[in-house]
Amino acid sequence: MAHYQNLFTAVQATGPTSDGIPLPRGNDPRLIKPFFFHLAGRLGNAQIGPLYLGTLGVASLIFGILSINIMGMNMLASVNYSPIQFVRQLFWLALEPPAPIYGLHLPPLNQGGWWMISGLFLTISILLWWARTYRRARQLGLGTHVPWAFTGAIWLFLVLGFFRPLLMGCWCEAVPFGIFPHLDWTAAFSLRYGNLFYNPFHALSIVFLYGSVLLFAMHGATILAVGRYGGEREIEQIVDRGTASERAALFWRWTMGFNATMESVHRWAWWFAVLCPLAGGIGILLTGTVVDNWYLWAVKHHVAPPYPLVFPPVIDPATLTGVKP
Amino acid sequence: MRAYVIKFLSLASVCSVFLLSGCERPPMDSIQHGYRGTGMVEIYNPRTVASLAENNVVPVGLPQAPTDGPRAAQVYKNVQVLGGLSAAQFTRLMVSITSWVAPNEGCAYCHNVANFAEDAKYTKVVARKMIQMNQHINVDWSSHVSTTGVTCYTCHRGNNIPQQIWFKRDDTPMGSDFMGGKAGQNEPALSVGLSSLPNDPFTPYLLGAKDIRVNGVTALPSGNKHSIKQAEWTYGLMTHMASSLGVNCTYCHNSRSFASWEGSPPQRATAWYGIRMARDLNLKYMEPLQSTFPTHRLGETGDVAKVYCATCHQGVYKPLNGAKMAQDYPELQTYHSTLPNGANANDTTNNKTTANPSKPVKTGDAKADLKVSLR
Repeated sequence: MAHYQNLFTAVQATGPTSDGIPLPRGNDPRLIKPFFFHLAGRLGNAQIGPLYLGTLGVASLIFGILSINIMGMNMLASVNYSPIQFVRQLFWLALEPPAPIYGLHLPPLNQGGWWMISGLFLTISILLWWARTYRRARQLGLGTHVPWAFTGAIWLFLVLGFFRPLLMGCWCEAVPFGIFPHLDWTAAFSLRYGNLFYNPFHALSIVFLYGSVLLFAMHGATILAVGRYGGEREIEQIVDRGTASERAALFWRWTMGFNATMESVHRWAWWFAVLCPLAGGIGILLTGTVVDNWYLWAVKHHVAPPYPLVFPPVIDPATLTGVKP
Repeated sequence: MRAYVIKFLSLASVCSVFLLSGCERPPMDSIQHGYRGTGMVEIYNPRTVASLAENNVVPVGLPQAPTDGPRAAQVYKNVQVLGGLSAAQFTRLMVSITSWVAPNEGCAYCHNVANFAEDAKYTKVVARKMIQMNQHINVDWSSHVSTTGVTCYTCHRGNNIPQQIWFKRDDTPMGSDFMGGKAGQNEPALSVGLSSLPNDPFTPYLLGAKDIRVNGVTALPSGNKHSIKQAEWTYGLMTHMASSLGVNCTYCHNSRSFASWEGSPPQRATAWYGIRMARDLNLKYMEPLQSTFPTHRLGETGDVAKVYCATCHQGVYKPLNGAKMAQDYPELQTYHSTLPNGANANDTTNNKTTANPSKPVKTGDAKADLKVSLR
């Protein structure tokens, strides 16, 4: 007989499809008659559907699709509507925010106007999706942990594309929509503001990022390891400790003298994940508005250590008199 | 179960081979040149270095010509720039230039073989300007080329037109201005090492003199209005420089603070002069030739070919791997005109009062010079 004993999902539990609990009054009917899909079962649950779309879901999708289409059509236009070049250059293509000259004013469509429309629609779509996760959680009688966790990501998104450009007085400070271009933006952001690695909130954000990774690996490994005792039924183990839970706790207590509990490990994970964009967003918001050069800030506060000078002293030629420009 | 594992591992290996197919294979050579632990390390691919060796071999030169005897201007007609050379030196240089620039076409590439003195061919007019440019670099830009100097071969390498040149980019190549504007970036452009950075950073910086420096000089905001977008243009120029020289950022910069001169390798100052030199050459020598060139030699916006770092460097941080080829060509080391001062076709010739960039001289214009240099 097969067991949950390794890193690959080898067991697919199938039975009659389940519609779940009935929804409260006033809810829309759910879509898609449930069916089983074997490949999906290798990653998660093999049952697909039913899906609750509802008013918020439909509205969010409409704005989201409009936004993505504006980005896509601009990218397609930038390669003269060649589908082949669109695919080949996809990672390089982008929809750019307005040039600095336009400040917070509305630019012409092709000079960043499309970016503003696309960004507005994307923001509406994301906020509607947030409301949808909140309402679905409430309707199912759940806590609202998921929507509030989502708020962390939305905070960072709004800081990058809305709050900070607003404070800087220029939409040009926002991020372009595109794969490589948004990475270039990230590098240019750090270059412009004197090395983001000296931004303490950036450092804190990285702590929570890598911390999340570590916690995720520890928790995932622990639960898989006690899967043979039914440890993956975490909720049952929370309310009624079994040997899986006891062994998982003992493993960490024996290994490092301290252990999270079956319940608290999820609070650890939630806070680490949420604090990553929260701290990062604060760091971004302070950049340019409160601190202009993080390297000089770090020197001023004795964060950046001085290193022995190994090169002969170099004088900035621009400061020499009589030098040809 | 084992079948799953094998399938998974083979799928993973196929994916990783696909993902890594764009990378250069190891091993790489890394050379530390800064303080330990600061990442001041140059990474070289020994196979790339080896493949560039062939392109950087100095061609065998002709024996030196005597400097005495009749002057070229006395022997030949219409010698405007090299008239002060001995006729032997002049002939030696002409033959050398032919082998450097038009090895297949020969003298006829520039000259009407029935009348060598005639200026009918545009190539001859261009060549004269280029000889002046070459002398100008060796005389006035020792801050960048040091005592190594340059010859025609530094750029041409046996080609009529140097392989690495740039033209202005057409902003709206599709003709439409409704959507799809790229803001001068976002395509895999060779000029910026296939990155999606602004791919013509040359027009603002190597033709114009827009701000390259975008960093603030104080920790807290004190009026530095440069935007992230401007930083991307600077980044584009710097990427071009790094890829043209076959080096990392750390060849010139201490990457913990790109702006700080303290702790920067001395090469950064050389590169600073290099930017000014390229700008100077484009403005003084290339732009004035725009009407001389026929249309098929011009760019898509009808502009003349211009120089940037790659024009000479061609992938190595010292062109021709630092060979002091120019020393064998005294003909190109100084100005040789016999025409009286001021009557020359080229205003820079015989202008001995020009401040040598490597040796700052206090002149009456120092303030004005400084003002310009700070831009």
